Formats: sequence, C-alpha cells, structure tokens
Amino acid sequence: MRFLFKTDYEDDIRLFPHSGYIYTYGLLLAVLLIAPYLLSSYLMSQLVFVCIYATVGVGLMILTGFTGQASLGHAAFLAIGAYTAAYLQQYNVPFPVYFLAAGLLTGVVGALVGFPALRLQGIYLVIATISFAFIVEEILARWESVTHGNEGMRVKTIQLLGNSVSRDGPVFYYLCLAVLVLTIVGTLNLLRSPTGRAFVAIRDSETAARSMGINVALYKVKSFAISAAITGFAGVLFAHKLSFISPEMFTLQLSIEFIIVILIGGTFSLHGAVLGAIFLVMIDPFLTYLKDDMPGVIAGVAATFGAGTERAAHIQDAVAAFASANGLKGAIYGIIIVVFVLFEPLGLYGRWLKIKLFFQLFPLYKRATFKRQKIYVKSERNR
Amino acid sequence: MSYFRAENLSLHFGGLKAVDAVSFAVEKGEILSIIGPNGAGKSSIFNLISRIYPPTSGKIFFEDQDITQQPPYDIARLGIARTFQNIELFENATVLSNLLVGRHRHSSTQLWQELLFMPSVRAGEKLHRRRVEQVIEFLDLEPYRDKLISGLPYGVRKVIELARALCSEPKLILLDEPSSGLNVEETDDMSFWIRDMKSELGITVLMVEHDMTLVNRVSDRVIALNYGRVLAMGSPSEVQHHPDVVAAYLGA
Repeated sequence: MRFLFKTDYEDDIRLFPHSGYIYTYGLLLAVLLIAPYLLSSYLMSQLVFVCIYATVGVGLMILTGFTGQASLGHAAFLAIGAYTAAYLQQYNVPFPVYFLAAGLLTGVVGALVGFPALRLQGIYLVIATISFAFIVEEILARWESVTHGNEGMRVKTIQLLGNSVSRDGPVFYYLCLAVLVLTIVGTLNLLRSPTGRAFVAIRDSETAARSMGINVALYKVKSFAISAAITGFAGVLFAHKLSFISPEMFTLQLSIEFIIVILIGGTFSLHGAVLGAIFLVMIDPFLTYLKDDMPGVIAGVAATFGAGTERAAHIQDAVAAFASANGLKGAIYGIIIVVFVLFEPLGLYGRWLKIKLFFQLFPLYKRATFKRQKIYVKSERNR
Repeated sequence: MSYFRAENLSLHFGGLKAVDAVSFAVEKGEILSIIGPNGAGKSSIFNLISRIYPPTSGKIFFEDQDITQQPPYDIARLGIARTFQNIELFENATVLSNLLVGRHRHSSTQLWQELLFMPSVRAGEKLHRRRVEQVIEFLDLEPYRDKLISGLPYGVRKVIELARALCSEPKLILLDEPSSGLNVEETDDMSFWIRDMKSELGITVLMVEHDMTLVNRVSDRVIALNYGRVLAMGSPSEVQHHPDVVAAYLGA
C-alpha cells in the first residue's frame, strides 16, 4: 500500500496525485502513440472510433454524470457538428476553421436547448431532448438546399498544412487521439475549478446550490453548451471517418449508444467514458462473430455430443437465424443496460476500482467493503 | 436603521397563512432565535429570506438594501448564508468539495481560464483551500476532509453544513434548527460554536430552534411565533414567561 503524505494544498490540486500515475499514463500514451505501427488497419479503425465515442462520452459525462441532466439528444449534437463540417468544406474553408466553427455552433445550439431544459427534470428532460433530436433529424432530411436531404453528403478528406489526411492513416488517428486527450484534460481542469464544483452541486441539490450563491440556470446552460460543443468537435471527426453522412445515421439508437458509453463505463468518472467507448466499439465485432462463427461452433459442439449430422445442421440453421435476426443489436443493448444497472451501478470503472483495491489490500480484502448499504438518512427536498 | 429587517412579511398558500404580516429586526452582531410550535412558520421565514419562496407581500431589507426581489443566488453573494433543517449537502462529493462550494461567491474566474487551469485559477483554488482549512479547524472537521458525505453520520453532516455556510464568509447566517438530531454533547459543541461565531468571527446569527436550553444559552433576543404571527419578542426569559407563549405551547 502507498501512503500519501500531503504537505501542500497543491497536492490536492494536481492532476496526478503521485508518480505512479505519471508512469502508468505515460506508458499508456506511449503505447497509443506507437499503436499505428503495431495494429492492423481494422483495429486502428476501431481505435479511431473508440477515440470519437470516448470524446462524446466525456461530453455527455459532463452533462449527465456531473451536472445530473439526462440527455437522449446527443446524436443530434453530433449531427450538427458533422453537417457543419461537411457544409463549410464545400466552400473550401480550411479544416482548423470549420473544426472550431462546428464546435462553437453546436455549443450555441446546446445552450439554446439548455434554456427550455431549465424548467424540466428527470424523465421530462429526457423527453424534451429526444424531441430535440427528432426535430434535428427531420430538419436534416428536409433542408435539402443545405443538407442534401436523405441523399446525404460526401465528406472530403482533411487538408491540413497542404497535405491530405487520409481517414485510414495514422495522422487521422493522432488527430482523434489529440482531441480526446485535450477534451479530457480540459474537463479535468474544469472539474477542479469552481465551475466543475458548481455542476456537481447542482446534481446533488439545487436548493443548496442556490443558497450557496450558484446561479443554477446559468450553470445548467453552461453545462449544456460545453457538452454539446465537445460532441460537435467529435461530430467533425465522425463525419471524416465515415466520409459520408446522412440523416439516418443520427438516430435515437446512436443517442442510446452514448448513454451506454457512460452508463457501462461508470457514471461519475471520465475513466468511465473511455472504458464505455471501448466496450461499445467491441459490441460490433462480437455481433459479427455471433453471426459468422457461432452457428458453426454450436453445431460442432452438438455433433460431438452425439447429435446426428442432420440435427446438427438444423441447430446451425436455428442459431444462424437467431444471430442474424433484426433488432438483435437493440435487444443486446437493452440487456446490457439492465444487467449493469442492476449488478454494477458504478460501471466498469467501479469494477476496476474494486479489483485494484483487492490487490492493494491483498490478502486482507473483505467482501463486505463494497456491500451496498441501505441509506436511512434521506430527506425531503424543497424544489 | 437595523442591520436586517423584515417588514410585514407574509406568505400565503391559498387560504393558509404560513407567515402573516411578520415584522422583526436583527441588530448587527446579535444572536436572534425564532421559536414556536411545529407549523408556526419559522422555516417558512427562512425560505422567504433565502428566496426559495417569493413572499406574498412585505419587504426584506439587509444593510439598508431591499432584497425582496433579488434572485436566490444573489442572497448568498450579499453575505447571507444558511443551513437547512433536513441537511442539504452534496451527497456524492467529498467533504472538501462541499466546503469549497461554499466559497463559490468569492470565485471570479472565467470559463476559459478554468478550462486551461490558468495560474489565476490555481492561485484562487489555493486561497479558497486556505479559507476552508480555517473553517475546518474552527469546527474540528479534520478527520473527514476526504470522506464522501454519503458515508458520514448525521451529527457530522450537521456540522459540515454549518461549515459550508461559514466557508462563504457570511455577514448574516441563518441556522435552521442547528441542534435537531444531535445528542446532548453535540448540542453543547454547537452552542459553543454559535457563540464563537458571534464573538470571534463577528457573524450575526438568526436561528430557528426547538431546544430551549440551547436557545437560553446563546440567544440575545428571542421571537416567539404561532400560526404565522409574532406572539412575543424580547430576552429569552421574558419570552418564555409571556402568557401568550405559555398558552401556545401548553394550551390555554
């Protein structure tokens, strides 16, 4: 076990509490930097998606995890970022300019969504953000002079400093990684300053926040704006990665995927956003495996246990039909959410903390350490 | 002119007159207690002052400024802090960050500075922390700094709420039943702290309290309320022996 002796207030402010953190994150960063030279192009592509989803996850974490305002409309923010980039690109606007413009515009839209959301709480806020997402989806489909409607828009490769940045190349990956790292650092900075504390205060008790001098409305709008802006930046990268965008990419399902990112990862931590993104990106290969290999494997197992050839073929067909059924993805998302909410409410990061503590305390770890307690001190809230 | 003044303050919920034309004044540096049976309108007065409810009629003045129409978050900025009857702490945050939220009215950094964690933000954080540490020392909260609120016992939470209010360096503090849920020893501590707040920190105290021992010990003056109206006002013993007050508590 490591004991930290704090001798300065700085010890509670710095991002890395002790040298161990610097080594671990330094190592992680080094591995991520040399990854393009180690991994196949398929895995690199997956890693780019992890970066993009994690960026959105961090944005959503600020709003939902730290300010306590649920949102099922983040697909719309992503869409606004993506379409702004695609639109400005037609007029030969340089990449850095439209990248910033997309983030700013999405931030402004986020603030505008934040205003009506001030009077809404819980499930009503969720409904409001869903309707916002539908409105945006509909606008994208109908405003054909700008968005080309359902035909979608082609997104050209990035031109940066006179070179074109291929969406499959290492430079694009570094770009996504840089955006993710900067977002995380910015968010951490925010969380250790007054604004971040105000967000958490609003999440836990609006009345108390108000009585401590926090302008709750202003900070909710700020939270919406920041969250949306981050998602807008991610939207630009998303558009470039896919090289083609159309309204049906930014549906409710995508918003739910973002919720999965923060819920599975762990709702109160930035680690959670990244872990959740990794988890989400891994679902697709898993589904492919389910479709392609699973029927054969199960049939093989059945054959070894004495099922005849005919019956094995039957089983294979049945499993294949199941694995390629429509809506299987949605069902799996649903099951994952339910399982995590019931059994691992702190998400993957919470599980990681438990594993870490187990090894730190070994062999003294007690099972009851993380036993969930009934909370008796529960007070009525004035709203 | 008085330091803090409520004039004909009323709060009606439909036909129910929770607070009915109450007027009182608090002098600078005194400890004024509001007592009264349950439902007398004591906490409602606090909620009117901190603008959780808008008053039906009447005016509130603080340092000769009309604060009746101020938005709720401005009340704290003027220097009025409060605690709640049923603790309103930020449950999923550490004690330290709860107390630092109390410093919110003193922070002046801009969003972009915070995103980059500019030197001004860092300096501000250290200053806030220093002030918070003074309060921690004043209220003996050293063992709890890094603990989460959700794991702390009721008595400690009560003190932390007081600490959070003190962190905002208020001029006037509103204590809503500071001793509810505390045992005899903790109530003793509380009474010492309230007196120290007055004598050492120079804070004016307005408090709602049921525990008459505590009221007698610390208050300079007492106001008795019943059914939203002022029954009596004066020194603790005067009020306790006032015939209307005795009638209100014991029945005539």
